[in-house]
Amino acid sequence: MHPAFSILFFTTLAGTGQGLLVLMALALLLGVPMASGFVLAAIGLAQLLLLAGLAASFLHLGHKMRAWRAVLMWRTSWMSREVILLPAFIALVALWWLALAGGGSVGNVGNVGTGALGTVWLPALVVLSALALWYCTAMIYACLRFIEEWAHPLTIVNFMLIGLSAGLVLGCALAALSGEQALLRATGPWAFTVTWLAWATRRLSLRRNSLLRHKSNLQSATGIRSERPVQKSMGMSAGSFNTREFFHGASAAALRHVRWGFQLLAFGLPVLLMGWGLVNAGAWPWLLAALMQAPGLLAERWLFFAQAKHPQNLYYQTVS
Amino acid sequence: MIRWLKDLLQSNLVADAPASGRSQPPAPPPSVRALPGETLAKQLALVIDLNVCVGCHACVTSCKQWNTSGSAGPLADLNAYGANPTGTFFNRVQTYEAGTFPGTDTIHFPKSCLHCEDPPCVPVCPTGASYKRKEDGIVLVDYDKCIGCKYCAWACPYGARELDEERQVMTKCTLCVDRIYDDQLPKEDRKPACVKACPTGARLFGDVKDPDSEVSKAIRERGGYALMPEWETQPANQYLPRRVTPAKES
Repeated sequence: MHPAFSILFFTTLAGTGQGLLVLMALALLLGVPMASGFVLAAIGLAQLLLLAGLAASFLHLGHKMRAWRAVLMWRTSWMSREVILLPAFIALVALWWLALAGGGSVGNVGNVGTGALGTVWLPALVVLSALALWYCTAMIYACLRFIEEWAHPLTIVNFMLIGLSAGLVLGCALAALSGEQALLRATGPWAFTVTWLAWATRRLSLRRNSLLRHKSNLQSATGIRSERPVQKSMGMSAGSFNTREFFHGASAAALRHVRWGFQLLAFGLPVLLMGWGLVNAGAWPWLLAALMQAPGLLAERWLFFAQAKHPQNLYYQTVS
Repeated sequence: MIRWLKDLLQSNLVADAPASGRSQPPAPPPSVRALPGETLAKQLALVIDLNVCVGCHACVTSCKQWNTSGSAGPLADLNAYGANPTGTFFNRVQTYEAGTFPGTDTIHFPKSCLHCEDPPCVPVCPTGASYKRKEDGIVLVDYDKCIGCKYCAWACPYGARELDEERQVMTKCTLCVDRIYDDQLPKEDRKPACVKACPTGARLFGDVKDPDSEVSKAIRERGGYALMPEWETQPANQYLPRRVTPAKES
């Protein structure tokens, strides 16, 4: 598949925002002491990431003004479910932010937002909604049964774990920068562990993809029962939608480089840096880990698309 | 969800299992479909005779001419006189070669939307712009509802859908729905443009659910087959295979 940058940015930005919100919600639920200003700033940043993701998703549409129509087919379409859930999630986060800000407590120690609404009910709902949103986003890809690289539960696991890892790493960097030592102590080991886990499950899907034997071949696609059918012409002299949308156009070497590059940037180096941060208190390792991971996440999503071999490509092997 | 997971795990197990001995009949493969589509009483379709298609592209140009002139708006051609012209077509004729020299076979292979009985492109559409007509099984796109997200094209294993770059909506073969029911046209013209244009009669059109129709008979008698049966989309369009015509003894 051709990796569309609108979708790469949408899924990585929204995924990171969701991860950061899950972290903040859990920290509030577990009563980790934090300055209220920090909590509001972190939730605000996550909200900005979600909004940027939403804006990026609009760039993918041919008719942006008709986007509202995409809520209609929620009974059958995972994309429709995602389109409903994302704005609802953004509204929920806004409500949460307001409930916390309206709580009015200026001090620290877990009583940002004195009411149970801001510290118990809304954060619990935010965690559940974030999980549901990851699930919908991943199912958009995992439900396409003939794109075999995607049609697997690992797709869902990876969208969730990678988003969570991104949010945790970013949260740790924010905590380290703002001197939120309690949050950093509580979250640091988790960021380290979840990033490891995400690396492991992503490697599982990479391994699965490299071993994959596709069900379709040129014989089943054309019904030509010969041993070695060869395409001589795809029916047009230059390209078409079929040759632009479903081919990434990158060389095999580029794919190999991205494969190693994203593992290094999104998982390997952040894990090393966070390990350093865990034993040696300081803001730098956490900040560097977050900065390294951001391009790694984009590269990971790029490869997620580039590795998917659409069966229609069987019909488009030879120009003429 | 659970059903879907089971389907996936089952199909993976079967794919991973080593090929067993040929002696016992193979068990029917597990379905890749969690919920098969409903069955319609009527299903219009094309049957394409690969034995007589000569690859002249008359079906391609007639399709383009009819569908670019209709009320739905033109099918865009970008850079039409440049080095890399590209445009929207509902139908393409591809060419394949099979066998080894000197026993090679050249096969011209027209491909358009197959109007699947269980179309994977329809349920994924978030707006309902992509739909299958209950009355005759034609899969259509409502251009006024399409948001141009391209998800339906991803969900079609055959690459039958093309986004029109000018109108930014998904387009595809309509089986000339604006022609086959047009009372203003003489009866013999109420057929898809490609069928009318084919000089060798390689394209048959009719109701594949009617056992006495020309298309049903052709499928039955000539061994008509569907493309990529492994995905259980049940394409309504079918293809008639090449036949070996022995040389006459003089």
